[in-house]
Amino acid sequence: MINTIPIHYFLLLSAMLFTIGMLGVIFRRNALIVFMSIELMLNAVNLTLVTFSRFRGDSSGHVIAFLVMAVAAAEAAVGLAIIINIFRHKKVVNIDTMDRMKY
Amino acid sequence: MSNTALLSSIVLLPLLGALINGLFAGRLPRRVVEVIACSTVIVSFLFSLKAFLQLMALPVGAREIHAHLYNWVAVGNFRFDVAFYLDPLSSMMSLIITGVGGLIHVYSAGYMSHDPSYGRYFSYLNLFTFSMLSLVLGNNILLMFLGWEGVGLCSYLLIGFWFTDVQKAKAGKKAFIVNRIGDLAFIVGVGLLLGLADGNLDFTYLRKVTALRTLYLDPMMVKGICLAFFIGATGKSAQIPLYVWLPDAMAGPTPVSALIHAATMVTAGIYMIARLNFMYALAPEVLTLIAGVGAATALFAATIGIVQRDIKKVLAYSTVSQLGYMFLAVGMGAYTAAMFHLMTHAFFKACLFLGSGSVIHSLHGEQDIIKMGGLRKKMPVTALTFLTATMAISGVPLFAGFFSKDEILWKAFTNAHAGMTTVYWGKIFFVVGLIAALCTAFYMFRLYFLTFEGEYRGPKETEKTIHESPVSMTLALVVLAFLSVVGGYVQIGFAHVHLLEDWLAPVFAVGSLNVVETMGHSWEYATMAMSVAIAGVGIGAAYYLYMGAGTKIPARMMEAAPRLYNFVWNKYKIDELYQVVFVGTYRSFAHFSHRFADAFVIDFLGVRGTGALAQGIGRVIGRLQNGDVQRYLVVFVVGLTLILYLWLQ
Amino acid sequence: MGLEQIPSHFPILTLVTFLPLAGALAMLVIPKANEGVLKGFALGTTTLTFVASLFILRKFDPSLGGIQAQLADYASWLKFFQIRYFLGIDGISLWLVMLTTFLGPIVILSSYTAIKQRLKEFLIALLVLQTGMLGAFTALDLFLFYIFWELMLIPMYLLIGIWGGKDRIYATVKFFIYTMAGSVLMLVGILYLYVKFGGETFLLPDLIKKAGELSVVEQTWLFIGFGIAFAIKVPLFPFHTWLPDAHTEAPTAGSVVLAGVLLKLGTYGFVRFGMPLFPDALRMLAPVIMALSVWGIIYGAAISWVQKDVKRLVAYSSVSHLGFVMVGVAAMTEEALTGAILQMVNHGICTGGLFIAIGFLYEQRHTRLIEDFGGLAKQIPKFAVFLMILTLGSIGLPGTNGFIGEFLIIAGTFQGTFTPRAPVIGRPGDFVDMAQPFAHGLFGSDGGMSVFTFKIISGVAGGLAALGVLLGAIYMLSMYRRVMFGPLRSRANRELRDLNLRDMFVAVPLVLLVFWIGLYPNFFIGKMRKSVSELTEYVRPEVRRRADSLDPGLLRRTLCADLSGKCPAECNPVNPSKACIKKGIKHRVPRVTMRTLHMMVDAERSHRRIRLPLRLELPKALRTTRTTRKGGK
Repeated sequence: MINTIPIHYFLLLSAMLFTIGMLGVIFRRNALIVFMSIELMLNAVNLTLVTFSRFRGDSSGHVIAFLVMAVAAAEAAVGLAIIINIFRHKKVVNIDTMDRMKY
Repeated sequence: MSNTALLSSIVLLPLLGALINGLFAGRLPRRVVEVIACSTVIVSFLFSLKAFLQLMALPVGAREIHAHLYNWVAVGNFRFDVAFYLDPLSSMMSLIITGVGGLIHVYSAGYMSHDPSYGRYFSYLNLFTFSMLSLVLGNNILLMFLGWEGVGLCSYLLIGFWFTDVQKAKAGKKAFIVNRIGDLAFIVGVGLLLGLADGNLDFTYLRKVTALRTLYLDPMMVKGICLAFFIGATGKSAQIPLYVWLPDAMAGPTPVSALIHAATMVTAGIYMIARLNFMYALAPEVLTLIAGVGAATALFAATIGIVQRDIKKVLAYSTVSQLGYMFLAVGMGAYTAAMFHLMTHAFFKACLFLGSGSVIHSLHGEQDIIKMGGLRKKMPVTALTFLTATMAISGVPLFAGFFSKDEILWKAFTNAHAGMTTVYWGKIFFVVGLIAALCTAFYMFRLYFLTFEGEYRGPKETEKTIHESPVSMTLALVVLAFLSVVGGYVQIGFAHVHLLEDWLAPVFAVGSLNVVETMGHSWEYATMAMSVAIAGVGIGAAYYLYMGAGTKIPARMMEAAPRLYNFVWNKYKIDELYQVVFVGTYRSFAHFSHRFADAFVIDFLGVRGTGALAQGIGRVIGRLQNGDVQRYLVVFVVGLTLILYLWLQ
Repeated sequence: MGLEQIPSHFPILTLVTFLPLAGALAMLVIPKANEGVLKGFALGTTTLTFVASLFILRKFDPSLGGIQAQLADYASWLKFFQIRYFLGIDGISLWLVMLTTFLGPIVILSSYTAIKQRLKEFLIALLVLQTGMLGAFTALDLFLFYIFWELMLIPMYLLIGIWGGKDRIYATVKFFIYTMAGSVLMLVGILYLYVKFGGETFLLPDLIKKAGELSVVEQTWLFIGFGIAFAIKVPLFPFHTWLPDAHTEAPTAGSVVLAGVLLKLGTYGFVRFGMPLFPDALRMLAPVIMALSVWGIIYGAAISWVQKDVKRLVAYSSVSHLGFVMVGVAAMTEEALTGAILQMVNHGICTGGLFIAIGFLYEQRHTRLIEDFGGLAKQIPKFAVFLMILTLGSIGLPGTNGFIGEFLIIAGTFQGTFTPRAPVIGRPGDFVDMAQPFAHGLFGSDGGMSVFTFKIISGVAGGLAALGVLLGAIYMLSMYRRVMFGPLRSRANRELRDLNLRDMFVAVPLVLLVFWIGLYPNFFIGKMRKSVSELTEYVRPEVRRRADSLDPGLLRRTLCADLSGKCPAECNPVNPSKACIKKGIKHRVPRVTMRTLHMMVDAERSHRRIRLPLRLELPKALRTTRTTRKGGK
């Protein structure tokens, strides 16, 4: 069943998701949304990996997808912790205001 | 006593005295310092006498004594020794230096009796004697140069001896720097000569190679070298254009003026050219130039001397003028005449300076001859000796200066060599010399009459304190006055007495080869008659204007041509000219280099400009790096897309 | 990785080089408060270093020439990159090592009371600096040299930046960046040489052997890279503006070390690396170097004359004096190079001494302006004598050290010349214009400065350099007059104290050296003679002018100068043989000098491009490692 759907559908979806995520990272100012966009991009990549894995009958893509999910989970935990800390500190999570480290 | 020990002790004894007095004078009583200073020079004189006698015992052709101490510099082709060389010429010079020097040391003990810095003074004076002796006894040009600069240093230190007076300190500095201009030329000459002579500067070697012509000397090069050495001589011997330091040098103590700036140091240039006569024989054009400069200086300085009022300034210009005579003689190839005049000049000029010192000493520092007068009655010894020396310098017959000056004028009239484009050069130099002799007789007797004759014109309160100087001072005066009389009898042309000429002949053998006498001996009587007449006119004029009926005339002449008078009185404004042309140019160059070239162009634009440029570029690029991650991402994505696009194509 | 092979002799060079560093490390454990102990320890260390260096002097064998690494200490160090620890000296570096160790205790003594804060760090910095300088003078592995070269920079940076005057930060940053900019270029040059020859060696003797394979273009660019690093250090005009700032702001000890030793590293670099590695490039660029240094002599002297600050005056005088040294280096004759090396030592003594003298005044009066002084000779006579002797030494009065150095440089530069009027028979190409060698060198073709042109240039340079003798007297004596002579006006000056016993320990050795070098320089020249003569022969073979090197046949042909070619006997034209006179053969009397003859021989020789082999001797250890390496492959 799934084999009848051509591969470029998956890839196109993945590319669209990635682009949405990328645009979100670039243009949104709220750190949480940027963060969510990053997750979106990661999952778009995951989708690509899984797709190729399935179509080529090679399971290593699955493995990497799991790895990415694990890293994403860890990253989400750390990233959210940082954002919460910044929020506590500055009462905003607008990334325009986060240029202190530059100096 | 071996030759080495003899010659070294002549030179090194005064150095020993200088070291002892320089290091320990503070702890020694005044008497001891004086005895050390005088005895070292006097013993050195006795040794010089011994050396002289030894030399005389040798056969005429072999009158040379060498003393090798150690090898000074040996590098590459160069090899210079510290070695001394005694020949008739250097023997004569060492006798003059230590003899006159010894007298002046004794005189100084009296003259400096009130000065607290006597230790320093005697140390410098001894150091000077040492330097002067190594100048004349050194066996190579480099050792001569050591003495050459050494005497310059001592002159600097002694002119500025009373250094708390800014003017005196400045005069010392001026002397040193003007001398250095000459020394610069000297160094260049030595450098060029080293190339020709393959690194050997020994006088004996140089003479041999020039005489045998084993060196194929490039004539242009030899002329250049001779010219460079002569420029060096104009510095040390105060000739045009570098004479300006000598009148200012009178700021030093008077015995110093007598020893350094009259009798010995300033004659170093003449000695050097006489020493290198064999090289100058290859550069006859330079010889003519030397004679010309000498004649011009003789006349030029004599005219300035006429109007000066400072007793020492008159003598200073007189020295410049007399040195001009010696250069005239050297330039005519009459080396013996030059050395003869050098010797008699050392006697009578030292006597004059010491006499003036005696006057200044008793007048408590007064140097203006207008404020003197009638001193003969108070200071008879000084006056008599001064008069003797004045007659000698003016060319009064039978005094020393008469014989030596006459010989120079006669040689100028009759000699000729290859460098003279026409024989008339000699005649022109003769006439110039004759006019200078007229001026000399005039200003010297003017000086004598104003100082010692007539009525005392100074302030009344000082008149009572005028006294004759102590024996230590008058002793030197008497000896020198005696020498100013008898010194001339070593060489009397018309009476066929040629002691000096015979003595020096081997030294000048090569140099006088190219010189010919164009006219017979009978001309000697004619030139002599002319110079006697001229001296008579000069003395008579001085008597008429300053003693006799015409005493009002000088003032009227001054009023008649105030501009001319002021021009001469201000020494033709040469000092001012040099100040503007040379010092001013150099100063503006220095300021320009400092403020504009260095501080602005190189440092501000160049170095800090480079820094500023880097900073500016950084600032522009730094704008991209503004901390906005999202903007980075835009650039990143755009860039990535571009690369992918290009890559996929 | 440790020593691969223990040298057969006692490693005296290593000991001397690292003794100050060891002293500095040991000082870390001495408590800060014990100032007396700290000073004593530093003084002891430097004195010990000096004493140890006397053994170097004793063991040194002057009969061995070339860049023979005497007393070499060798160990392979970073094997992977073939970087080796290789110290050695020859006659040239010997005196610079001695100068460095000699100035060590003097510098410490002279800053006994001057430093009021952070004394411990100050002394440690001085000691580390000492090791850096000694290492740079003894290192014969280019990489090792570079490490020592940079090692000197840091303590000097701190010395100026922490203990300096008002504008110390500006001065020290300028100094650091300027020097760094130069040394980076040198690093590139070093790496290029390393890579070019297969990444096998950084050893100087090896590289000299191989450098013959470099093309002239390569040589020129490499020389420029090295040369800029050294020129900044010298400093050569126009890279000199860091110097007055650094000198003026540095504490006395810093100025003394800077003037006494650090500047010499630049000139030493030209001699040690520039000359043997890039001889062709040096010959080509020598006129440029000469022009810059002669200009530096005049320019530096003029600027010093108008300074108001004594220290700045002496700083600019360094530009002038080092210009002399560079003229001597660029002249590349044995005499001039000897003079240049001697002048390096002289400058260290005289200018170092002058800075000590200024420090002595500054410590008491807290001013360096000339106008604040005047008439000091009355108040402090011993000091006046000390300053006078240094002044005379630095203006080159005969009898003092400065004269020997300056005279040898001037006269030695003339030695590379001949009279321009002498005929150049049939060689119109010899008149190469100034710009040509430049273009040739940078952009291909192995053309270059002709012997003839170069000789004329060195003649002019020698004459102009002599001007420095006059200008030096002008600014130094003006300074002396304004500081020491005249009336003693200000009250503060009346409270100055004269040299005490400790100051005498600083002053007397300097004064003795001034006269020692002036009156018996052979002691110093003798040790360097062989090294210098072989080096100059290697760089400028045509300047060898010994009589035995003349081809007698050529000499006779030249002398004879028979225009018709009929002279049978090739007789002496000044006294033609009777046979010639009879036949009516006319000889042109040649207006030639000995120099011209030499020049003709030179011309022949340089056509053949003879280069005498530089005698090289590597330590045994080194030779064995090299062969085993090859064998292994």
